[in-house]
Amino acid sequence: MKFQRYGSVAGIAVAAALALSACGSDNGASTASTTPASSAGGSSASSTAAACPSGTLKAAGSTAQANAISQWTKDYQGQCTGVTVDYNANGSGAGVTSFIQKAADFAGSDYALSTTQAGQVTSAGRCGTGSAVDIPVVPGAIAVIFNVPGVTSLNLSAKVLAGIYNGTITTWNDAQIKADNPSATLPALKIQPFMRSDTSGTSYNFSAYLNALGGFSAANKQFPSKVAQGVKGSSAVAAKVKSTSGAIGYAEYSYATQDSLSYAEVSNASGAFVQLTQANAANFIAKAKVTQNGSDTKLAFDYTYAASDAYPATLVTYEIACGTGNDATQLPLIKGFLNYITSSAAQGELTSLGYVPLPSSIAAADATAIASLS
Amino acid sequence: MSLTHTSPTRKLKDKSAYIIAGAAFVIAIIPLISILWTVIVKGAKDFDTYFLFHSMRNVAESDSFGGAYHAILGTLEQVGIAALITIPLSLMVGIYLVEYGRGRLSQAVTFFVDVMMGLPSIVAGLFILSVWILGAGFQASGFAASLALTILMLPVAVRSTEEMLKLVSPALREASYALGVPKWRTITKVVLPTALPGIVTGMMLGIARIMGETAPVLLLVGVTQSINGNPFSEPQGSLPLFVFNESQNSLQTAVDRGWAAALTLIILIMLLNLIARLIAWWKAPAASR
Amino acid sequence: MSNERLSPVADADEVEVRDPRSGLTAKAGLGDRLFGGSARGAAVFILILMAAIAAFLIYQAAEAIGKDQVNFVTSFTWDPDGNSTPNGQPEFGIAAIAWGTLVTSVIGVLLGAPVAIGVALFITQYLPRKIGSVFGYIVDLLAAVPSVVYGLWGLLVLDQHMSGVSKIIEDVLGWIPLFKTDGTYGSSMFTAGVVLAIMILPIIAAIAREIYKQTPREQIEAAYALGATRWEMIRLAVLPYGRSGVTSAIILGFGRALGETIAVAMVLTQVPGLVTRILQPGGNTIAANIAVQFGDAFTTGRQALIASGLVLFLMTLIVNYAARVVVRRAGKAGS
Repeated sequence: MKFQRYGSVAGIAVAAALALSACGSDNGASTASTTPASSAGGSSASSTAAACPSGTLKAAGSTAQANAISQWTKDYQGQCTGVTVDYNANGSGAGVTSFIQKAADFAGSDYALSTTQAGQVTSAGRCGTGSAVDIPVVPGAIAVIFNVPGVTSLNLSAKVLAGIYNGTITTWNDAQIKADNPSATLPALKIQPFMRSDTSGTSYNFSAYLNALGGFSAANKQFPSKVAQGVKGSSAVAAKVKSTSGAIGYAEYSYATQDSLSYAEVSNASGAFVQLTQANAANFIAKAKVTQNGSDTKLAFDYTYAASDAYPATLVTYEIACGTGNDATQLPLIKGFLNYITSSAAQGELTSLGYVPLPSSIAAADATAIASLS
Repeated sequence: MSLTHTSPTRKLKDKSAYIIAGAAFVIAIIPLISILWTVIVKGAKDFDTYFLFHSMRNVAESDSFGGAYHAILGTLEQVGIAALITIPLSLMVGIYLVEYGRGRLSQAVTFFVDVMMGLPSIVAGLFILSVWILGAGFQASGFAASLALTILMLPVAVRSTEEMLKLVSPALREASYALGVPKWRTITKVVLPTALPGIVTGMMLGIARIMGETAPVLLLVGVTQSINGNPFSEPQGSLPLFVFNESQNSLQTAVDRGWAAALTLIILIMLLNLIARLIAWWKAPAASR
Repeated sequence: MSNERLSPVADADEVEVRDPRSGLTAKAGLGDRLFGGSARGAAVFILILMAAIAAFLIYQAAEAIGKDQVNFVTSFTWDPDGNSTPNGQPEFGIAAIAWGTLVTSVIGVLLGAPVAIGVALFITQYLPRKIGSVFGYIVDLLAAVPSVVYGLWGLLVLDQHMSGVSKIIEDVLGWIPLFKTDGTYGSSMFTAGVVLAIMILPIIAAIAREIYKQTPREQIEAAYALGATRWEMIRLAVLPYGRSGVTSAIILGFGRALGETIAVAMVLTQVPGLVTRILQPGGNTIAANIAVQFGDAFTTGRQALIASGLVLFLMTLIVNYAARVVVRRAGKAGS
């Protein structure tokens, strides 16, 4: 008898849970379209996109492109209501790992597949007999963000930044920082450098810049600093810099703008300081050496390029998918979404989001590459 | 030692001990009040029916709206499945240990249950990740999280069932046997009903415990912003994970949602605790009330 | 009896007066065989499951340690996928993260246990029974707060206040290297330890409370009869009675602190290598390291994380076993 009583309680609980499951709404969009910043108008303009597939697309990786993907997901899901895009912004390294382990249909990564990773793709049979291709999609700039009371603009040379991340420069009123910022009133505050604790493309590109121009350790997705505090994801770096007095960190430009964080001017090959603007970043990215191998497109930055309007700490985020051997049911989703995000409508939104649109030659190469995916 | 006179030093010591113990209580209460206060105050900002019944689909982190529905649903399903697996299993194991078990097998089970009590939750997650997802090739899903939560709840549930069954007086059993009732009928009709309130309380506390688990879920459910009612395929939301993710964000809008989700989670868990305690209190013998 | 009920380490067989398994048994019919069989089946299943987990962990860990190019026990680096090593060879050691795990947990116990004992004494010895049980329930509420909420609170609320506290501690104890800093505070192992202290406090307090409540009436009255003040009575009767039980409660709390993952991962920033300055930002623990690294980890990386998880498991196992030994020894001494 007592059993029955408890049984009925459980029954009510189950019924309640079921009832609950019917009453939630995925429809954030209906209210969303009236309020937020879909101002770039991409969502309505691009109704020319190919017919909508349906299903769930799983992607993972770079946090540098997360803000762009988030906006594009919203637009694309608005256009194609049968599609769910789940982008797990767990860092470039983790994204590639998820991709190779088939937990993601494509990966977002701020560096092209390394030979080691390409080897892992082959040995795991991720793409059947084929291999993965790099498709550059989101170029952006790395902002050196800082939180120093009373200071809103700073010149930080690659050498000084390397010193900070090596632990040789430890206070904000260090003579080397003062030398580059004669007019700033720098407090005698300890510098707290922050880095990414996970393997990250932003770390890779930033260390590549510091290595080329500041004599820092070789470029590495695991940021090569022994003194910096590591946190997971660009967002957490921005959050820490925002809340910690004396902090310095690096993250994609969109994080600096959305959080209204101060960011520094960094030095180029000739030692001059360049302001971080999207135009300046675009100028530097335009000088990158483009290597094409079949559908695979890679960009290599030219850190010796020293024009005064070219911001040298930049990155390009690639989407990495199988050239051949994609899952047949997922292929239309992969193609559909990649096509959308490389379209002129989607790329047109990048500027307002804090990124840099793709050069048109690369966008064209992407379109061919995406069409050839199978 | 005089019976009537207490020296001033002894009085002073007595008083200070009282004050120190009282202070310890106050010190313990401060974080509790601080936690509940901040969660309620900061959580109340976003906590409304919109938050409870909408997902994060098509919501950017910088938007001030969006909700936790996908996460709440995911957590309820994951915990529900874990409970559905754990409760009958641990009930049977508890019955075995108390009513049947002797010798090697029962010793081994007792030993392993004790060992598993100490299993760190992240290790349970890692185990399911390696075996279920990477080993067997299943995708991240709510069910994978349920499996890890099952591993975490099993030893606790077995232990509490065992303790409750042991408290049932042997005289009851013997009376039943004397009437010629078979053993299994005795267990289901006499022993279990007697121990049931205690068992239910133990199970509820176990469920409340796994509901707040974040570490194993972090490894197993994947990431989604949309409602997914099917725990067996595709990524699913999770409330503790939602709190974790939103708290890692630099945007105030996201952090606000994190607090609101934390409030939701605390309300759910406190409710379960309260119900468990009410059952325990209501069914307890009057003397120990 | 209720203290054994609450304490998960209590040796169950000692509680029972008469073993139900030895009761009169009616002739086993089909129903009996079915029911008994399924109970036995469930027990076998759980045994297999748990043995499988143990075997799996040991196997994976052994494989990872076999590939390790440095000493797993003594090395401070954690780079199992060879991201920063010259030839991409796996190099990882448990020393730095095990140290961080121990330090944060020890801080947690040192801060949490005395407060918990004070709370238990206050509730059982100083408050009227009715009020005491209400207050006890309030402290128990702390145990119901999920760890992710502790993390959120630790990160966004507590951490702001820790800089000031840490600075005072450094001013007083800075001559000890452990308490020296480079002038930055917060997000430290100390902060993580404080969060852990709050998390284990209700666990220790609940068990201690139940044990103190059981202090034999005669002993209490004997102490009072000698003219003891309340504190002297506590010292003479309550504390000695509860010593072993409370010790094991503290050890259990320590075990809980060792395995805590998400709250620590949220509060502490990761710094590579060994961190010896506990007030300064940065550090790492085994559990937090797993939570942060699992996404990146490839085959060897994951196996290495499993190896570290196994070490954590062994640490908690030893700690829990120690708690049991304490109880058992006290039980023997008492009888």
